[in-house]
Amino acid sequence: MGTTLVFLEHHEGELQKGALGVLAKAASLGGEVAGVVLGHGVQDVAAKAGAFGATTVYVVDADVLAAPLPQPRVDALAAVVAATGAENVLFAASVLSADVAAGLAARLDAGLNWDLTDLVAEGGGLVGKRPALGDTVLVDVGWTTTPRLALIRSGSFEPVETGGSATIEPVVAQFEDFSTQPALLEHLQEAASGPSIEEADVIVAGGRGLGAPEGFKLCEDLADALGGAVAATRAVVDAGWYPYSTQVGQTGKSVSPRLYIALGISGAIQHKVGMQSSGTIVAVNKDPNAPIFDFADLGVVGDLNQIAPKLAELVRAHKA
Amino acid sequence: MCVTVALRLDRVRAVKIAVCVKQVPDATAAKRLDPGTKRLDRSGEAALNATDVNAVEEALRVKEAHGGEIVIVSLGPEKALESLRKALAMGADRAVLVSDAAAAGSDLVATSYALAKALEREAADLVLFGQQSSDSDGAVLWAAVADRLRRPMISQVAELRLDGGAVTGKRQTEFGYDVIAAPLPAIVAVSDAINEPRYPSLKGIMSAKSKPTETLSLADIGVEPDRAGEAGSRTTVTAMAPPPAKGGQVRIEDDGSAAEKIVEFLAERKLL
Repeated sequence: MGTTLVFLEHHEGELQKGALGVLAKAASLGGEVAGVVLGHGVQDVAAKAGAFGATTVYVVDADVLAAPLPQPRVDALAAVVAATGAENVLFAASVLSADVAAGLAARLDAGLNWDLTDLVAEGGGLVGKRPALGDTVLVDVGWTTTPRLALIRSGSFEPVETGGSATIEPVVAQFEDFSTQPALLEHLQEAASGPSIEEADVIVAGGRGLGAPEGFKLCEDLADALGGAVAATRAVVDAGWYPYSTQVGQTGKSVSPRLYIALGISGAIQHKVGMQSSGTIVAVNKDPNAPIFDFADLGVVGDLNQIAPKLAELVRAHKA
Repeated sequence: MCVTVALRLDRVRAVKIAVCVKQVPDATAAKRLDPGTKRLDRSGEAALNATDVNAVEEALRVKEAHGGEIVIVSLGPEKALESLRKALAMGADRAVLVSDAAAAGSDLVATSYALAKALEREAADLVLFGQQSSDSDGAVLWAAVADRLRRPMISQVAELRLDGGAVTGKRQTEFGYDVIAAPLPAIVAVSDAINEPRYPSLKGIMSAKSKPTETLSLADIGVEPDRAGEAGSRTTVTAMAPPPAKGGQVRIEDDGSAAEKIVEFLAERKLL
């Protein structure tokens, strides 16, 4: 197989875990694997990729890439593809990378498959695995031309620390007028404690069964004990109990952490599609008929107000 | 005096808005993939994709504030016209449906090409998309269309403002909120957080029946046969199977020891 490029998204000087997971997966598929870091003043960030298996990192460093906007990244990535003749370009799914991947697909008339949970090298090419129709069907998807573009569902692959170092290869890109027209006027950081739900190995999610916004304290405490992140269902986000950035499901994010603990979540299809590819699902709900029990690995019928605090305490004791 | 008038005119400059919508299987209908073609079976009950309704609503609000025209643009089978009528009943002015058997099975590359061609004919100031299509889970089409039309784009927009020939969008990302501005003509994908769509009034439903709709073939919009359908696509679906079965599921009723049992379960699976 030819060269595979992995789009390495970064935020505040840190490479995103999802992208590093895709990098590790790419390395296991064979062929040349290189990272791509786009931004302004990103040499140090790019160098960090070496420790996660990239031997080469292509860098486009330009002031128009300072803001996290997709269109100039399409120009930059197209330049890297042209310079390397890459056969595959892989992205860990995010708000930014989805727009970059789709823009690149149009620019290069290249096939893009998205929401993949696995990639397999086959006959010199790639086969993607994509859960469809609310994850009730697993489809194999392919590409008829190169480069093949793929967006990988977050949490599908774990980063692997190899401890190597990367050669940084600068690439010069020309930017289109329309690409550089959008301007970032303001960035409001959301107060986040602990990992984001895309990055977390463990997610504790709360639904209407928490009873009130204050119920999220139980989720936060348990997430803190497990070193995880807190997520929410659409119903409680709509009710203003928890921020939209934590919403999992059809109109929120799709996640697949190693462990997903659902507290007071009925498991309606809209929520299920966003979390059912999690490694292990534990559900606590007082309604024995809640649909979540149909797909939870461990289903507990009971009062989460009793169980969650005790669980947090026992987890802390276990870890201590 | 003249200066004042000119400024006022500029401020209320009418805006031509194209809203790209898609007909999808009704959310309550069971969905299936056709085992032969491996495409979504679209023969059952259909509806307008939910977030597209938010996009139509936002277009109506922009029109109410600035004046102008709203055209609904869609690719799909002829029966998609029923769903476009809903957008017209909400208040959009007219609809354009590109319907051609040769477009069946189009992937992102082919779909974005045809949609860009259809939009070129309209030369709208603002092109709106709904953030996510509920039948393909793909949140990507607008970015491909923006690249083909060579227009600036803002996605995931939860608040939209139009003034002085520019559009400003506040959007949600994994890291918080970004406020992004772009000059018109521009492409904006809205999230369902942006508004609460109105229901069509009876008057709206009645008047929708007489609003102009246009059904075009791929040839009408200048799409070459080899750029559409499977010939124009770069991806394939090669196989489908049920997802791998999960291991045994455990179900317990809390007898006061549920927390201990959960910890045991997690420890066994090395999740602690």
